[in-house]
Amino acid sequence: MSQRIVITGMGWITPLGHDLETVWAALLSGASGVDKTTRFDASTFPTTFCAEVKGYDHNDYVSKKELHEGVGLNTSFALGAAAQAWKMAGLDGFDGLDSSRLGIYLGSGEGSLDFDNYVAANLAGWSADDRAIDGKAWAAQAHSCLKPMVEIEQEPNMPLTHLALEFGAEGPAYNCLTACAASTQAIGEASQILRCGDADVMITGGAHTMIHPLGVTGFNRLTALSNRNDTPQTASRPFSADREGFVMGEGAGILVLETLEHAQARGAAPIAEIAGYGSTADAYRITDIHPDGRGGAQAMRQALEMADTPPSAIDYISAHGTGTKENDSIETKAIRAVFCPDGDIASAPPISSVKSMLGHLIAAAGVCEAIVCALAIRDGRLPPTINYQTPDPALDLDYVPNDARDAAVNTCLSNSFGFGGQNDTLVIKRV
Amino acid sequence: MKRDVYITGVGPVCGLGLGIDSVWPKLAAGEIAIAPVRAFDASRFGSSIAAELPEGFKVRDFVPKTYRKATKVMARDIEIAVAAADLAAKDAGLSTAAGGEEPSYDPARVGCHIGAGLIAADTDELTAALVKSQKDDGSFDIHHWGGEGMTNLTPLWLLKYLPNMLACHVTIVHDLQGPSNTITCAEASGGLSFGESLRVIQRGQADACFCGGAESNLNPMSFIRQVFTERLSKRNDDPANAVRPFDQSADGTVIGEGGGILVLESAETFEKRSGSNAYAKVLGFGASQSLNPASRSQKPAESGRGPMLAIKSALRDAGLEAGAIDAVIPFGCGHPEWDAADAAALKAVLGERIARVPVISTKAALGNCSAGAGALDLTIAAKALKEQALPKITNRDTPIDGMSATEPAKLEKLLVFTTGFGGQNTAAILERV
Repeated sequence: MSQRIVITGMGWITPLGHDLETVWAALLSGASGVDKTTRFDASTFPTTFCAEVKGYDHNDYVSKKELHEGVGLNTSFALGAAAQAWKMAGLDGFDGLDSSRLGIYLGSGEGSLDFDNYVAANLAGWSADDRAIDGKAWAAQAHSCLKPMVEIEQEPNMPLTHLALEFGAEGPAYNCLTACAASTQAIGEASQILRCGDADVMITGGAHTMIHPLGVTGFNRLTALSNRNDTPQTASRPFSADREGFVMGEGAGILVLETLEHAQARGAAPIAEIAGYGSTADAYRITDIHPDGRGGAQAMRQALEMADTPPSAIDYISAHGTGTKENDSIETKAIRAVFCPDGDIASAPPISSVKSMLGHLIAAAGVCEAIVCALAIRDGRLPPTINYQTPDPALDLDYVPNDARDAAVNTCLSNSFGFGGQNDTLVIKRV
Repeated sequence: MKRDVYITGVGPVCGLGLGIDSVWPKLAAGEIAIAPVRAFDASRFGSSIAAELPEGFKVRDFVPKTYRKATKVMARDIEIAVAAADLAAKDAGLSTAAGGEEPSYDPARVGCHIGAGLIAADTDELTAALVKSQKDDGSFDIHHWGGEGMTNLTPLWLLKYLPNMLACHVTIVHDLQGPSNTITCAEASGGLSFGESLRVIQRGQADACFCGGAESNLNPMSFIRQVFTERLSKRNDDPANAVRPFDQSADGTVIGEGGGILVLESAETFEKRSGSNAYAKVLGFGASQSLNPASRSQKPAESGRGPMLAIKSALRDAGLEAGAIDAVIPFGCGHPEWDAADAAALKAVLGERIARVPVISTKAALGNCSAGAGALDLTIAAKALKEQALPKITNRDTPIDGMSATEPAKLEKLLVFTTGFGGQNTAAILERV
């Protein structure tokens, strides 16, 4: 009775390229998308580098260009990724869809802040005597410098709204924003919407950039970012003993999901199956992950159970693997709890973090890692964790160090853990 | 097999008060919370009125003593959600970690889905730091900011403004370890979160969920973003009469502040743990997207097709015909184009019966609470079913076509729907228990 949910289209816009095969080849070659920050003058920031999407224009991908003029970067990335997935799924020009049963579930972040004009309004509105904003002065400046369209396009539902316009989707429409877990969660929830019959086809994934002065400020203040300003390409070091923070990335990944039955009926080739999904809350602290990885382990167990798959059947784990001290050690602990209950580390499958190459795409990270799983199944190749030079004695699993490798891959697990203790896991299987 | 789901507790936090016992009598009597903005001098924004929370609201009153320190890193939106969750848990008679007693449920069996908006930084706090990075000519010096300047912000600054911090704090305070999510679809956020909790319980992934949404746009940046949506009333001099849903003289909505949390429970586990009555049974849920290329879907199409699809989907989910609906709590924000779309959707679904089915918007009293709006509407609908009474219709002296019914023939099944900014729509059907 349970429906099988399959991926029929995939696309991404990332710091390593703007199409499926280019990015995949770059990941397998161990390339880094990290470099000096060019989006704004970050030269004096604690972190002066990040992984930017470069040379990209969504107008090369979309058909209703006039409806997307002036969108935020998050929406722009989502449009390009979605157009690729739509085409790959064979839906471009396909007229057999019921638009009211075509849904969208994204895990996208807000658009980038119009920093200069926002700061101008704040400075103009400041009353030094009161040490507070004078609303009159603030509004006068804001009305003269803020652009209504730019502000509206920052709302986190705008990527969703624009994809709906582009593809004519009138079905269930959601955007979730659970920090770094968002797009994994979106895929899981989209698959549930299909399973319970509320839609025939779902467009899912996410898009995000926090590469703007206040975004970087926020993470720098949390001391979450790597500060290896002299060697940006080797800064993202998931699971290494000398890891000291994540590297900001940006971009989007989009999947087209449908029931296997629906895909077969319209002659679409399924790429991989979303077989399991787990979602839990740590309910621990706003700043820290539960020290035992309680929530993360439980999300993995839930996903495996739903996929009716024993841990031993997992061939590869696409890790959350941010490269922060805390995440990588607790994620390792959680994986050991699920996969090595007897303490035998040989029971854990190979694990890698493509964040070592792409940086951390925040809300969009999870979907790109799900795409990695689907491609690993397709090609029998595991992407590496690059910059792995100094093993951490406490982190003793196989992290696919530095070089891609061949492997028989039928079933993968993909983890995403968000700030605030949000844990989401997918099990992705060969169809 | 889908499990039956009840609404067992509600926690509204809005301009009319904190908690259902405070809000309901005022809403029933036709009181209106809209008044000149108190939070800052809003005289030059274009809109200068709002339905703000009552003075004296303090989140510290709603958290355990051990959690008071964490209230320092809560934006106003988070405070509303945390207070609403406390009120809802108590209203449901549900024990959680917050009370220090044996919890009613295994924490892993309780989920949390809360809608949130784009949370703007506290302008005073941020600007106090920004002004220290000015050049001699007063312009902003990003080089100074990147070095010493940003250290004037507290290290945890970012965590106040992540939308998922509403659910994060609520899950920590109450120890809710089940499925959890944060939905950010403007006014549809509350309804979508409710729908996700419903499905999680129906599937058996949790026995209970906290769901709803909260938002405060009473901050210069958030406020002006709402002004930019061009939906706000110009009746700044007459706050009590400003929002006129489905009235011929309607000219726009007003910003509200607030939200609500509802406790949903599987009928089976609720009946086992409690001898009391639930508010209502949830019969069906639906969601949809409006397409209106002319406004880039920022406004619904005149046909009301978007909300109509959501309503039809909820009816289908409930296994009901439209004839079963006794009354409606719509989005009804008080902007003529939005109200026309809502009315068109209802006409398409109800047909001629629209003349006999009361349609009552809460926005005339509570303003448009954005991500909190849907949760407040669901809360009021649940209470109306329990009380067997509808809130008073206010500011509708000259109803638009079809919006004249005031008394329901009976009050067994209520439709609640939201037509959101950006085109996401939700609908739910609740039944008296």
